[in-house]
Amino acid sequence: MATQKVKRKSVSYAKWGYIFILPFFITFAVFTCVPLFSTIYNAFFENYLIQGWMQVGPNYVGIENFEKLFSVDVNLGKYFYNTFVMWIMGFIPQIVFSLLFAAWFTDLRLKLKTGGYKIIFYLPNVIMAAAMGMLFSVIFAPGGPVNDVYKAITGSTESIMFFENEWPLRGVVALINFLMWFGNTTIMLMAAINGIDPSLYESAQIDGANPRQTFFKITLPLIRPILLYVLITSLIGGLQMFDVPKLLTGNGMAADRSAMTIVMLLDNHLYSKNYGMAGAISVILFVVAAVLSLLVFAMVKEREPKKKKAKAQAEKGGTK
Amino acid sequence: MAYSADVVGAKSNKRSLLISRTWCYIVLTLFAVLALIPFFFLVINMTRSHSEITKGFSVIPSDYFKTNFNNVMKHAEWKMLNSLKNSLIVSGCTAFISTYFSSLTAYAIHAYNFKLKKAAFSFILMIMMIPGQVSALGFVKLVGNMELTNSFIPLIVPAIAAPSTFFFMKQYMDSALPLDIIEAARIDGSGEFRTFNKLVLPIMKPAIAVQAIFTFVGSWNNYFIPALIIDDPTKRTLPIVIALIRSTDYARFDMGAIYMAIGISILPVALVYLILSKFIIRGIALGAVKG
Amino acid sequence: MNKIKRFLAGSLAVMMAASVMTACGKDEKKNEKGFDAEANAAAAKVGKLVLTKADRIKQEVEGSEASKKTLKIYTWNEEFKDRLRAFYPEYDAEKSVVGEKEYLKDGTEIVWVTTANENNAYQNKLDEDLAKQAKSDDKIDIFLVEADYALKYVNGPYTKPVSELGVTDADLGDMYEYTKTVCTDANGDLQGVSWQATPGLFAYRRDIASEVLGTDDPAKIQEMLSDWTKFDDVAKKMKDAGYYMLSGYDDAFRTFSNNVKSTWVNKNLEIVVDDNILNWIDQTKKYTDEGYHNGTSLWAPEWSANQGSAGKVFGFFYSTWGIDFTLKDNAQDKVGEKDGLYGKYAVCEGPQSYYWGGTWIIAADGTDNPELVGDIMKKLTCDATIAEDITNKTQDFTNSKTAMEKLAASDFQSEFLGGQNHIALFAKSAPNIDISNMGPYDQGLNEAIQSAMKDYFTGKISKDKAFKNFYTAAIEKYPELKKPASK
Repeated sequence: MATQKVKRKSVSYAKWGYIFILPFFITFAVFTCVPLFSTIYNAFFENYLIQGWMQVGPNYVGIENFEKLFSVDVNLGKYFYNTFVMWIMGFIPQIVFSLLFAAWFTDLRLKLKTGGYKIIFYLPNVIMAAAMGMLFSVIFAPGGPVNDVYKAITGSTESIMFFENEWPLRGVVALINFLMWFGNTTIMLMAAINGIDPSLYESAQIDGANPRQTFFKITLPLIRPILLYVLITSLIGGLQMFDVPKLLTGNGMAADRSAMTIVMLLDNHLYSKNYGMAGAISVILFVVAAVLSLLVFAMVKEREPKKKKAKAQAEKGGTK
Repeated sequence: MAYSADVVGAKSNKRSLLISRTWCYIVLTLFAVLALIPFFFLVINMTRSHSEITKGFSVIPSDYFKTNFNNVMKHAEWKMLNSLKNSLIVSGCTAFISTYFSSLTAYAIHAYNFKLKKAAFSFILMIMMIPGQVSALGFVKLVGNMELTNSFIPLIVPAIAAPSTFFFMKQYMDSALPLDIIEAARIDGSGEFRTFNKLVLPIMKPAIAVQAIFTFVGSWNNYFIPALIIDDPTKRTLPIVIALIRSTDYARFDMGAIYMAIGISILPVALVYLILSKFIIRGIALGAVKG
Repeated sequence: MNKIKRFLAGSLAVMMAASVMTACGKDEKKNEKGFDAEANAAAAKVGKLVLTKADRIKQEVEGSEASKKTLKIYTWNEEFKDRLRAFYPEYDAEKSVVGEKEYLKDGTEIVWVTTANENNAYQNKLDEDLAKQAKSDDKIDIFLVEADYALKYVNGPYTKPVSELGVTDADLGDMYEYTKTVCTDANGDLQGVSWQATPGLFAYRRDIASEVLGTDDPAKIQEMLSDWTKFDDVAKKMKDAGYYMLSGYDDAFRTFSNNVKSTWVNKNLEIVVDDNILNWIDQTKKYTDEGYHNGTSLWAPEWSANQGSAGKVFGFFYSTWGIDFTLKDNAQDKVGEKDGLYGKYAVCEGPQSYYWGGTWIIAADGTDNPELVGDIMKKLTCDATIAEDITNKTQDFTNSKTAMEKLAASDFQSEFLGGQNHIALFAKSAPNIDISNMGPYDQGLNEAIQSAMKDYFTGKISKDKAFKNFYTAAIEKYPELKKPASK
């Protein structure tokens, strides 16, 4: 990245920095600030509504809400595990195929006609989650088409009960997540690749670099910021997974609550506007998201030397 | 990578290219089919009557398409066209202001040095990690206190502060917006705000197009908050109407109408995507500036 | 990237401290006894509040002139709108344009606030706006509720008893008793009324009955199904003949849950699982293990398909509306062709009487159109002539004994049910419905017990584990509730 090379006359322009971030922070202060911070604040209070009208609290209870969440009865870890498992099952294929497709779509040598694919891949993302849930509960129903095919192939008369068993249920959730997001990720990576200076590729070609080398030595290092973005937002989005499993599991009770995610647990507490418990879950979720994001950042830093080498190589190619 | 790495001569090169291409097309087509499966089911069900749909799926289309279409479009209370218009206004404005202001914020962090820069950046990343579910109900209450119920403002304006869009823009600038270009513009005497609008935004086009689509779709499909803010029938957005169709009483409950409404709601998004995807084209970023 | 990392670490410190504190907090255990006693006292206090009628709230602001000229009605669908438009004599059909502006003949404008049920949005909206009613000059006049959560509002502070709206006991005399129980508060005051009654019946296949039981006569079949023991015997016969007694896990649930002897929650806010719920669990487990049902769930495509000509299920629990609008469609191969199983179903009362469905009209306290609201209630729910008209035009089973008994005594015949007069059977069964033990927690807990037990039925987890999941779900939804002490 060329940013560090330039000596900035930062002093004279500092006020513009403040001016340009002002709209963001004003909007945040007006619309988001109060609800967001009351979320954290409420984590330390008993605060819920009985029968839609009888307000209990807010009474300061210290860390009692957290105690409850970490008690054996609640077993918070289970829901983190469920969430993480379903996320990773969808994310690994998502990132692998998205990278592959983004590379193909932008490959100057292959010159694929990709217009149609780009559109089709993204389409599942435009269906609202509720509709996606409806459609897939039909597709994977005991008498649905997937089971028809399964029965025709295996000769079995018994249907696979996708929504009653732990792993098939998680599998369907992961599949839907994959379908909904792989096009999205492909587009983002494509945009990132398209942002790379084409002269780098030209010089690489002149140097006789093969596509594999070009991909790993130029493309991958240069789209690292966007890859980091994809990883972190997907992680955070994954931790906040909610709509799809909720629709497929009858509020998460299906298969011994094995597809209930952390935000579904949070949502259950909102049934009685239990801002105390919901706030506590939010805080824990925030801590986990932050820790995991830190880990990702740390991983990126570890690879820094490699990146510099790649950059050096790319620059060498550029000057030749 | 799927294609062979060894390039020996022009001839074998051409042949291996053909093989790679074929291979690519096979894999791509496979995934395209997978991605289209939900649409296949959706379209089939759009042609079927309620009682046909409740009995299970069939691959054979039926002949209720027109009936379903008319049931949805001509229903006096659902005002499908009106809600399409509302959704377009809300989602269009949201996508516009969200991408514009996120770019502006990201540009501030990317291009300027100021005392609170690090603090601001970390703060935005931090709020990105707090789940929205809890604050949603608080937000609705706040909107009620501000007397903005039945207004599009609370559905649009908060998008100015969109942490994840900001984060994308920032990351994109890291990889595609060298500061020397800005420096050059300054030497040419361009004002800071003008530089952003005339120079930076064009470079950001691919990123803006990408985030505009995502924001548009996100807003288009948003149900929870609009459902609690909008109760004026003339101001309903599509997801509210679809939820109403799903909430219809037993005597009129109609799965055909539900699938039809979902189908209708997807079309405009697909169109917007088609239009915006033109901007995600190689070379527009740096090529345009340097060339 | 470094700066991000550093700052995140810093900002995390506070959060981390919180979680560390939590970990420490675990050690300093509370005095269990003291804690429990304290909690019980608090629970009893709250319990008293929940299980009695709440005090009404003084209206601090009067409705504005504009509010007095509008009738603001909260609903989640169009059922009541249709009834009001078609059957309320004061509705001004000429001046009103549905979807634009609607008026009554005296010039009052009707404002519908429609919020779909999805994601509990209707109740969220209603709770939010009712809480503002006392300080608002734009008054809500009417809101509609379903039986499952009616008591939440009926015992809450936001309703106006019908007696204050000019609806007298004489007006209400012709209604089926259970429809009044649904909206009677803990003090015995009626807070809402319905134009419908929705008694449930058992709809069975005549062809299978003849083959397996030797008769399809509703009276004789009723004799064979008159209690759950007999019902189980028939189930075995069905299984032996290659049929299923019921379609799925939850078919019979309502029949059991309507006939409980205790409410879900006692005055200490402890959850009580009634014997009849336990009976449902045992029966459904038995039916699952023995293959007496076909493993579907209500409203699933397989459940609907089971009602058509390819189905092998003997019968379905259904109520008034379900027979004419759902079963009838599902039974035909092509709707309107009268083919498939059209004419091959019959209905009988089944082992226990129950109801399923219905919508109640409640006046919001603070309404600035009380006479009008009272008049709507009287016309739509107390007037036998209008009731008969509603039944004839919409097939609603209406809440007027006079009108329904008149129809029952007529030579009314349902072609779909092979010539049976099912109105007569409904009219006979409706007065027997006894739901005196319904409570404000029914909606959430009925849902929770059904979904929790599913895993036990399918053999995935033990009954104890299923109950544990049930209590967990119950307390998530209702933080004020507690597991019973013995569990």
